[in-house]
Amino acid sequence: MSDVAIKNLTFNFGPQHPAAHGVLRLVVEMDGEVVERCDPHIGLLHRGTEKLIEYKTYLQAVPYFDRLDYVSPMCQEHSFALAVERLLEITPPERAQWIRVLFSEITRILNHLLNVTTFAMDVGALTPTLWGFEQRELLMEFYEGVSGSRMHAAYFRPGGVHQDLPAGMLDRIKAWCEQFPTFIDDLEVLITENRIFKQRTVDIGTVSAGDAIAWGFSGPMLRASNVAWDLRRAQPYDVYEKVDFEIPVGKTGDCFARYLVRMEEMRQSHRIMLQCIDALRTVSGPVRVDDRKIAPPRRAEMKTSMEALIHHFKLYTEGYKVPAGEAYAAVEAPKGEFGVYVVSDGTNKPYRCKIRAPGFPHLQALDMMSKGHMLADLSANIGSLDIVFGEVDR
Amino acid sequence: MTLAQFFTTHWLGHLIVMVAQCLAIVVPLLVAVAYMTYADRKIWAAIQLRRGPNVVGPFGLLQPFADGLKLVLKETIVPSGANKVLFVLAPMITFITALIAWAVVPFDDGWVVADINVGILYLFAISSLGVYGIMIAGWASNSKYAFLGALRSAAQMVSYEVSIGFVLITVLLCAGSLNLSAIVKAQEGGFWSWYWLPLFPMFIVFFISALAETNRTPFDLPMSEAELVAGFHTEYSAMTFGLFFLGEYANMILLSGMGAVLFLGGWYSPLPFAPFTWIPGVVWFALKIAVLLFVFSWTKGTVPRYRYDQLMRLGWKVFLPFSLLWVALTAAAIQLFGWGPG
Repeated sequence: MSDVAIKNLTFNFGPQHPAAHGVLRLVVEMDGEVVERCDPHIGLLHRGTEKLIEYKTYLQAVPYFDRLDYVSPMCQEHSFALAVERLLEITPPERAQWIRVLFSEITRILNHLLNVTTFAMDVGALTPTLWGFEQRELLMEFYEGVSGSRMHAAYFRPGGVHQDLPAGMLDRIKAWCEQFPTFIDDLEVLITENRIFKQRTVDIGTVSAGDAIAWGFSGPMLRASNVAWDLRRAQPYDVYEKVDFEIPVGKTGDCFARYLVRMEEMRQSHRIMLQCIDALRTVSGPVRVDDRKIAPPRRAEMKTSMEALIHHFKLYTEGYKVPAGEAYAAVEAPKGEFGVYVVSDGTNKPYRCKIRAPGFPHLQALDMMSKGHMLADLSANIGSLDIVFGEVDR
Repeated sequence: MTLAQFFTTHWLGHLIVMVAQCLAIVVPLLVAVAYMTYADRKIWAAIQLRRGPNVVGPFGLLQPFADGLKLVLKETIVPSGANKVLFVLAPMITFITALIAWAVVPFDDGWVVADINVGILYLFAISSLGVYGIMIAGWASNSKYAFLGALRSAAQMVSYEVSIGFVLITVLLCAGSLNLSAIVKAQEGGFWSWYWLPLFPMFIVFFISALAETNRTPFDLPMSEAELVAGFHTEYSAMTFGLFFLGEYANMILLSGMGAVLFLGGWYSPLPFAPFTWIPGVVWFALKIAVLLFVFSWTKGTVPRYRYDQLMRLGWKVFLPFSLLWVALTAAAIQLFGWGPG
């Protein structure tokens, strides 16, 4: 009986699977409970975003970025706005920059809250998710307050932001900031100190600093592997060089380190938010560039000025022309480096818009991270990757 | 023939009495299961800052029946690759074993259907049979998720039954009987004379093993949705799923009942004087079960899930040696100091 070949068990993990975070399909080959190989199959959420953008004006392209990683919409708009601003050679007013930083950090907390808590759900803890959603709901109200939409904001636009903050918004954000540290402490009690959570995450999916760089990691995934690389510090954009914050790094590069980095990043984001609120109370002025060829005129102006009306009409039909050239702008999105590479041929539509999504390189490392671990660790690894298929499949 | 003679001697009378006894247990039990699901959901909701079921009936009290009705009315789908007989049989086994175990549980002094002298062994045997339902379900579904879930479940239940076995031995060493009523009577008195105090570590081992035995968080690996979709009942729908669900909750109540009988003095009042002794024993028994069930739900709302190997390690390398040691200690103490029953 010695020549009996034992076949590994191969099965589909997803695309309809409760832990697959959307439409991930993994073909998993297992030897008993041990994962021998996991092969991610992507493309089930491919919507052709990059191609669609080629047929849209620059302004019309903005909402597509909300729909990539639908957990951190504004950071992606930010990247596109920066790239287009570089081509147009404009700088948004300071108030707009502070608003952008404020909302980038709100977005970071939105994203990390979802990730950390669903990660806990992937290893079996059901409660943190519901707690996190309560806080997310409060943050989405701020999204709604400034843009009219809870998720797909289309708020950061080339040249600034769409509108100034509504009256009282800063006070509401401030009030939220006051209760948030208590919430994070409560969450830590539930997850960080939990022995079972540690057993499930410590030394699982360990990635060394060298591997992390080689696989193209960025963001919390990279920092958890003890590489202090943060675009907000390394290549500051908007007013990030004026704010004071620390970059948390993990020592071990395992799932637990990734979790801890994200938790600490939320505290740091909270710190940045407070600084932004203080700054926004003093910095006043416009929130869009004062160039009617790029930014639309104010509504009131259009009632009296023919020029303004023409500008408005032109901007919302033809859009603005962007000088020929190419630009790459990357932001530190919550999931990592989110970059947009725009090539302009001098018309009102991008010739090419390449999107660098952080989730893509993270996902390709899943096989490396999970090999030799058990099936349950695969779920933990997926949870710690912080994958959203909107941006992976684009 | 008088009516009393009819019920005690005539075969038909026996049958009627038997059926009545079964109904007297099964009907309240099923109602208890229904409200256990309701309580479960309300407790998680409270932990998770939600409201829980609150639409059907006042405070959502009719929700369990609405859910049950839904399950009954849905179509039972039998996968084409499944072994049809076993596929349908499996949930029945799980459900029936969860019910018949109640025959030996004493609800109050003398309130027991079958007062057999090996009550503990009977309970133990029946709860071991429950694993067959799960294994058959996993195998008959002809699905990889279900199969893996069933394998995990079988290994898990077998492992934790070993430590539950040793826990039972310590209790019966102290009580000197395998009869559940006798075990309760050996704990007569207030809460300080119940076995949870002298056998406290065993009480903890028993409770954790009970979590594992009923596949509850943090040991819900057979149906861990993050890995195996729904584990052994992935392919089940409608009432076949419903029976698994009912069986699972009936098992939880059963193990809580076992905990109450073995460690919490069964039907005795925690304070053995009036006015507490005026309350019927069955109420105290139900209250003790409710407390244990609350901890079941509370655990589910709080902790993550163990990994398969960690669970086995905990069962075999921690609980088994520990409970074995405690059996030896208890036996030695009883022998040396003469604490045991006469």
